[in-house]
Amino acid sequence: MTTALNRRQALTIGVGAAALAVVGESISPAFAANDYEEVIKKFTGGKSPTVGRVRIDAPEIAENGNTVPMTISVESPMTPASYVTAVLVVADENPRPGVVTFHFTPESGVAEANTRIRLASTQFLTVVARMNDGSFFSAKKEVKVTIGGCGG
Amino acid sequence: MATNVRPRIRLDRKQAKKGDLIEVKALVSHVMESGQRKDASGKVVPRQIINKFTCTVNGKQVFSADFEPAISANPYIQFKFRAQESGPVVLTWIDDDGSKIVGEESITVS
Repeated sequence: MTTALNRRQALTIGVGAAALAVVGESISPAFAANDYEEVIKKFTGGKSPTVGRVRIDAPEIAENGNTVPMTISVESPMTPASYVTAVLVVADENPRPGVVTFHFTPESGVAEANTRIRLASTQFLTVVARMNDGSFFSAKKEVKVTIGGCGG
Repeated sequence: MATNVRPRIRLDRKQAKKGDLIEVKALVSHVMESGQRKDASGKVVPRQIINKFTCTVNGKQVFSADFEPAISANPYIQFKFRAQESGPVVLTWIDDDGSKIVGEESITVS
């Protein structure tokens, strides 16, 4: 089949492609969920974490998304032989997925940390913990947000 | 940006037996500008956050955290460590512009 285009066809294709490009660009940051799964994959090196051992303490309903208190704790003896090395927290509906990464050592004594985070809207927090033996554990929790916290 | 800021640090006790858990609570003033906000004229306010926090006890790192723009303004952090020996507890916050906020406490371990 010959694919010689006349001028009209060529123009149509060009305009279509341009329109697609514009639409694609405007949609991605505003509506598409962020790439939190990519961030988790990067953290685990492609392994899928086992659910369990991780606890997320955050309010069910947060009135103000600008400052949501959150405590993460991971069950571990925290001895030099067996401890949690890092804990990644991601949010799936924030403009950017990353929230915080905690790094623990055996001297931490307990794998527990608390901080205050921003949540743009009602969404799931996913927490992935990396153990020193290379295994991964995770937990998920939904936080309902009444007023979003990303400054509109 | 991060000049003349005095962090507020509280240890739940300053004297401990070896092996005790000590809880650290720390608060520092910082706008944590996310880089997502727009000002009145519609321009994006550039990102300016504290991206790294570390805690060392006697020069040895016991805890650290990488902050993203999703950490609230005036970041608060709470964590624990196991007391091993007496010495300074140094908390450091590192800004995007490279400046540091440093706070120091000390513990006595018997």
